[in-house]
Amino acid sequence: MSLEIAFMQLFNGVSLFTILLLMALGLAIVFGLMGVINMAHGELMALGAYVTYLTALAFQAVAPGAMEIYLFVAIPMAFGVTFLFGYVLEKGFICWFYNRPLDTLLATWGLSLILQQAYRSIFGAQEVSVPLPTWLTGAWEPVDGIQLPLNRIFIIGLTIVVAVSVYLLLYRTRWGLRMRAVTQNRAMSAAVGIDTKKVDARTFALGSGLAGIAGAVFTMVGSTNPGTGQLYIVDSFIVVVFGGVQSLIGTVMSAFAIAQTQTSLEYLLSGSLAKATILLLVIVVLYFRPNGLFAVKQRS
Amino acid sequence: MLRIDKLDVRYGDSKVIQDVTFEVGTQECVALMGRNGMGKTTLLKAIIGMHPSHAGSVRLESVELANLPSYERVRQGLAFVPQGRMIFPLLTVEQNIQAGMENSGGGEIPQYVFDFFPVLHEMRLRKGGNLSGGQQQMLAIARALVSNPKVLILDEPTEGIQPSIIKELARTLNALRKERGFSILVSEQVLSFALEVADRVIVIDRGSFVHEERREQLDEEKVKAFLTV
Ligand SMILES: Nc1ncnc2c1ncn2[C@@H]1O[C@H](COP(=O)(O)OP(=O)(O)OP(=O)(O)O)[C@@H](O)[C@H]1O
Ligand SMILES: [Mg+2]
Repeated sequence: MSLEIAFMQLFNGVSLFTILLLMALGLAIVFGLMGVINMAHGELMALGAYVTYLTALAFQAVAPGAMEIYLFVAIPMAFGVTFLFGYVLEKGFICWFYNRPLDTLLATWGLSLILQQAYRSIFGAQEVSVPLPTWLTGAWEPVDGIQLPLNRIFIIGLTIVVAVSVYLLLYRTRWGLRMRAVTQNRAMSAAVGIDTKKVDARTFALGSGLAGIAGAVFTMVGSTNPGTGQLYIVDSFIVVVFGGVQSLIGTVMSAFAIAQTQTSLEYLLSGSLAKATILLLVIVVLYFRPNGLFAVKQRS
Repeated sequence: MLRIDKLDVRYGDSKVIQDVTFEVGTQECVALMGRNGMGKTTLLKAIIGMHPSHAGSVRLESVELANLPSYERVRQGLAFVPQGRMIFPLLTVEQNIQAGMENSGGGEIPQYVFDFFPVLHEMRLRKGGNLSGGQQQMLAIARALVSNPKVLILDEPTEGIQPSIIKELARTLNALRKERGFSILVSEQVLSFALEVADRVIVIDRGSFVHEERREQLDEEKVKAFLTV
C-alpha cells in the first residue's frame, strides 16, 4: 500500500469517526450521568438526519437561491429539534425508569421500534438524501496524488467545534459543574442543593441534541432511511465502553481507533469480518482493562 | 427553628428510627449521641432527605420538608456534612465548594470560607479525592456553609480525624456558629467534642431517644454509660 493510499484511507475513516464520536459523546454523557442505556439513541440520530432533510426541502421550496447555506440552518435545527425531543422524552418517559437498568433497556428499545415505524409512515421506507452545496463537492489536493474530499474536511471542522463546545460546557460552566457533580455522586449533589431532576432532563436533552448533529453530519456522507440509526448504535456503544465512561478524551481516542480500524479492515476484509475482528479486539482490551482504555483513576 | 415530630424511618421492613421528636432552637447546637448502628446517620439522612421517612414531620421555621427532595430542603435552609465526607473526588477543591453555591447562584467563593479554612485556599486547585481525611472534612463543611444554611447538620465530623485537629474543628464550628448565626445538629460518639460545641446533648439508642440534658447539667457518667457497650 503506497503512502498516498494509506493517507487517503485514513481520511476515509474520518466520516465514520465524526459520526461515531458525536453519537458516543451523547451516549457517554447520558450513561455516565444517569446510568441510562438509551437504545433509541440511533433513532435520535435519524431524527437529526430527517430534520436536515426537511430543512433542505423547505429551502428548495421557499428560498432555492439560498441552498448554498442551508446547512448552517439545518445543523442548528437538527440539534434544536432533537434537543427538545430529548427533553420531552426524559420528562415524560425516561424519568420513570431510573434505577431500573433492565426496564430502561427494554423501554428505550421499544421506543426505538416505535420511532422507526413513525419514520417509515412519515418519510416512507426508501432512502432520502439531501443535495450537497456546491462548495462542499470536489476535493482539495494539497499535493499531487492526495485528494481530500471537501465535505469530509467540513465535517471534521464541525465535529471539532462541537467537541470543543461540549468540553467548554462541561468544564467551564456552572451547568457543567452540576452535571459532573451529579455524575460523581447523585445523592450528595442533591444534598448540597443541586436540582438533580433539572440536570437529568437537560443532560438527556444535550445528549439527544448531539445525536441530532451526528444525524446532520450523516446526511453529508450517506442517505437516510428509517433504519439508519441502527447502523451506528452498536458501534457507538462499543466506542463508549472501549473509551471508558467519564473520559471525554477517552471517547475521542476510542472513536478514532474504532473508526480507523473498521475502515482499514473493510478495505482488506469484508464488512462483517471487519466488524467481528473489532469486537474481538475490544473484548480482549476490556479483558485487561475492564473500565475501558481511558478509565479515570481515583482514590476510593 | 428545626422541629422533628414523631419521625419514623425504615429500611424495608426494619424500623430504624421510631417516634423521634425533638427541636433545634435558633442558633442552638444540639449533639446527637449514640453507639455505632443506633440510627444517627439514618435520622440525619431522613432530615436532609437522602433517605425517605416513613411517617412524621420535619419542619424548618414551620415549612414542612418531609416530602421534598434534598435540594429543596437545602433551598429552605438545611445543609449537610455527611459521614465519610462524600467529597466529589474528581472536582477540584474550588469546584467542590462552588457545587454548594446553588442558593446564591454560583459566582465567587466568599472570602470568609478561606479565612476559616486557609488550607482550602492553598489546595483550591487540587482534586477533592486527593485531600487527606481532615482536609476533606473541612472541604465538606465549607461546601455546606456556602449555601448560607439556617441549620447545619453534621454526621460524625470527628470520625477518623486526629485529636489535635478535632480540637481545632470544635473551635472553628463555635466561631462559625457565632459569626454566621446558624443552628447546628451534630451526631457524635466523642463526648469531649460534643461538650465543646453543644448546648444540649441527646442520646439515641436503638432508634429512639433515651436521654436528654443541657450541657451545664450534664451527668457525664450517665452519658458515657449509654455510649459504651
Ligand atoms: N442501607 C441500609 N439498609 C438496611 N439497613 C441499614 C442500612 N443502613 C443502615 N442500616 C441499619 O440501620 C441501623 C442504623 O444505622 P446508622 O447508619 O443510622 O447508624 P449510626 O448510628 O449512624 O452508626 P455509626 O456510628 O456506625 O455511623 C443499623 O442497624 C444498620 O445496620
Ligand atoms: Mg453513622
